[in-house]
Amino acid sequence: MSDLIIVGAGPAGLRASIICARNGLSVTVVDEYMKAGGRLLGQLYQEKDGEWWNGLQESERLYEEALSSGVEIKLGLSVIHIENSENAWTVHTNAELLTSSYLLLATGAAEAPQPIDGWTLPGVMSVGAAQVMTTVQRVKPGNAGVIIGISVLGSAIAMELDMAGIHIKSMVLPKKTEFNEEFANPLHVMESLSHISHLAPSKLIQWSSPLLKWKYMRNLSTRFFPKRGFKIWDFPVHLRKAALEIVGESKVEGVKVAAIDINGNPIEGTEEIIEADFVCIAGGLYPLAELAALTGCPFLDAAELGGYVPLHSEKMETPVDRLFVAGNITGIESAKVALAQGEVAAYSILQHATNHENFKEKVNRSVENVQQIRDQAPLSFNPHINEGRKKMQNSWNEWLNEHTKSSHLA
Amino acid sequence: MDRINHHPILGERPKKEAVTFTFDNTTYVGEEGDTVAVALLSNDIRTLRHHEESGSARGIYCNIGHCFECRVTVNDIEGCRACLTVIEDNMKVESGKRLPNPLKQGGSFDE
Ligand SMILES: Cc1cc2nc3c(=O)[nH]c(=O)nc-3n(C[C@H](O)[C@H](O)[C@H](O)COP(=O)(O)OP(=O)(O)OC[C@H]3O[C@@H](n4cnc5c(N)ncnc54)[C@H](O)[C@@H]3O)c2cc1C
Ligand code: FES
Repeated sequence: MSDLIIVGAGPAGLRASIICARNGLSVTVVDEYMKAGGRLLGQLYQEKDGEWWNGLQESERLYEEALSSGVEIKLGLSVIHIENSENAWTVHTNAELLTSSYLLLATGAAEAPQPIDGWTLPGVMSVGAAQVMTTVQRVKPGNAGVIIGISVLGSAIAMELDMAGIHIKSMVLPKKTEFNEEFANPLHVMESLSHISHLAPSKLIQWSSPLLKWKYMRNLSTRFFPKRGFKIWDFPVHLRKAALEIVGESKVEGVKVAAIDINGNPIEGTEEIIEADFVCIAGGLYPLAELAALTGCPFLDAAELGGYVPLHSEKMETPVDRLFVAGNITGIESAKVALAQGEVAAYSILQHATNHENFKEKVNRSVENVQQIRDQAPLSFNPHINEGRKKMQNSWNEWLNEHTKSSHLA
Repeated sequence: MDRINHHPILGERPKKEAVTFTFDNTTYVGEEGDTVAVALLSNDIRTLRHHEESGSARGIYCNIGHCFECRVTVNDIEGCRACLTVIEDNMKVESGKRLPNPLKQGGSFDE
């Protein structure tokens, strides 16, 4: 039995494990991947100040730090069930049972599938799959690819592939359906892209993003968007082309695309095939929160956070006794925010476990730190993230008022 | 697919030991630390299974254990995710197969 089990060896889980172990708790971290680091592993991009964010290196550093702080890290182990009995958690994995007093869920996020005709052909993968294949595993996902979906994540990853010498033939929007307005409407997509302008050396994007603040200008810039697409980095991005279908006999051979109007509707007679041996689909990210549901934790549906999120306070406590959350399970944000949230969760757990006054102060300071980091984050997945966080805090306060249970951290 | 030996930011790819394994009774060579999915892709193999019902070919989708599209049989254990399983010498990997379906005869059908 350990004091604390952490599910997820991503930035949030690892950071929390280090702080808790250094302050005397026995900590076990479980992750089903064979390498520690979570989705941090594949991240590689240049920040505003020109510094490189090398996720592989950051992951290794965190992993070493955790080991040397005495954290037990079990990799290649999937958590499949969780039970809460009086004063202990029982965590069922595919190989063994683990028990602890405290539980921290830091399971991160997953990519939402974006079905499109032909998407089950071998050679079609999520952008995240191609990111890991290229940057972590160092094998080319293919020789020439098309990226379907133009998003912050898709663009950051396209740049990573390009950097590794993989030929990206083009980035196009997905065909519009009833459900994907957000990803298929050129105006929406343009707005979300303006948040990564600093990552794009392309003069067009850099130059246009301040203008995008005005709706009228945004309309104008999309309407006059070059039909040929424009080049960010080394590949053409087409806000006026959509993928209708991925084609191929028993594997990817190409993508059928068509020109679209300003509302995202295909224009008849403009269909063409772009040949490719792999296709990446860039959908959105959503919090991976199934394990929290097993504990009976209530959820809040908040689009700004990426979907269903376990109810939690800014101190990362949940309504369930001895259950804490941190990282992207609480909402989709960048790795630096996840790290900072891991710190908050650690101090909250320490305060609860030891009742020491000085951890109270650390909790408060680390909560402030999260907001500072959020405000400076190089990648913002949702422009309305602060509203999402506010909604969550309001729901938490409502929950507290309804339940006589006094917050264990108040 | 080729391995990415030179990278402008990450530098040279570290040298790794060769690991020999079989996939559907054919012998392949991968590298230490490769997952089954990576080792097979580096041997230009993308198809990891055929859909249990329709028989259509499937490969990896998420590459991080979330989608279960990459299920293969490893040393006689069914349903292993090729993207999470690290290869070992003499490992026996078999592709997931279409199941015989006595009720729906002939031809292909939609999933
Ligand atoms: C495909 C993808 C690409 C991304 N790219 C970027 C990027 O380029 N830049 C950026 O800032 N952000 C990116 N993100 C966002 C990313 O989620 C955060 O940057 C950060 O990694 C979140 O940290 P975390 O600790 O919350 O979770 P993660 O880093 O996701 O770590 C969670 C860990 O939990 C493990 N896990 C989950 N469920 C179980 C289970 N049941 N049993 C055992 N282990 C489990 C997972 O294997 C994983 O290792 C990306 C996210 C995804 C999904
Ligand atoms: S490719 Fe998704 S689980 Fe393996």
